[in-house]
Amino acid sequence: MRRFQIHVTGKQGIFDPAGEAAENALANLGYAGLQSLRIGKYIELECSDDISSGQVKEMCERLLANPVIEDFRIDEVV
Amino acid sequence: MAVGGASSGFCFGIVVFPGSNCEQDVAGALAWLGYRYRYVWHQSGDLEGCDALILPGGFSYGDYLRAGAIARFSPVMEAVRTWVAAGGPVLGICNGFQILTEAGLLPGALRHNLNLKFLCRPVSLLVEKSVCQWLDLPVGTVLTLPINHFSGNYYCDDLMLGRLEAKGQVVLRYCQPDGSEARQASAPNGSVDGIAGITNERGNVFGLMPHPERGVEGITVGSGLGTDGRYFFSAIVKRMAGRA
Repeated sequence: MRRFQIHVTGKQGIFDPAGEAAENALANLGYAGLQSLRIGKYIELECSDDISSGQVKEMCERLLANPVIEDFRIDEVV
Repeated sequence: MAVGGASSGFCFGIVVFPGSNCEQDVAGALAWLGYRYRYVWHQSGDLEGCDALILPGGFSYGDYLRAGAIARFSPVMEAVRTWVAAGGPVLGICNGFQILTEAGLLPGALRHNLNLKFLCRPVSLLVEKSVCQWLDLPVGTVLTLPINHFSGNYYCDDLMLGRLEAKGQVVLRYCQPDGSEARQASAPNGSVDGIAGITNERGNVFGLMPHPERGVEGITVGSGLGTDGRYFFSAIVKRMAGRA
């Protein structure tokens, strides 16, 4: 079995209102020095050994992320 | 504007996904206008007898992952893709618009509203010069229709925006009631360049966030809404009649 951890985040340069709201809330709680907070999605995928890393990338491109507005990062858990 | 009558043979197909919830609003509006319609279930690829397709609003597949992301892979979407390639007209309203962008039948994407609020209210819309087959109103006409969405914040990059503009694919922009300020500042959801509705290069696929089916019967006139939604349905019927 293979295990993957996938992070999907908004593309750099596209405003992330949820991230900014959370960052402002932290600032209101008294945390100084915050520079950036971005919110994304975390996906855990388990599959058979037959699935290639290329296929996982394809899954991200076709469904798990929307390439128009999102970037993704795939990490295999070994 | 005249409706029904000679064009009463025209039949709209209303595509229903699990989680669609505006299909009856669309059906009610079409019936009121005197047009025939039939529902097309998402697992069916049978578009027999349809003259135009409508993807209604709602929350297909619970908006899981992203609005429209999963509906895009419904079996019916293959048939819709073939239909579009053959020049068949498709209207995507709200969630239907989101599905069309996810499917790549319209460019760009719809993101969460900038203020992260669900927006439900009338908006003013400016009719732009476009190749859209679903509208034949004079450029500069101001329409009033209701919006009802959480993910209506249209996004595309600058390159695509330039292409949309150059090819007449921007159909509607949010504006002030007098038609001024048709730009991002007037978009309640933060849409790039104030875009409320776009079409493909050919003009047969049209997606918009406002709900034309809720501005048809006139029962909402007292609440600040008129009957501007009628134009979209009558325009495509007239256009298709001219083609036949």
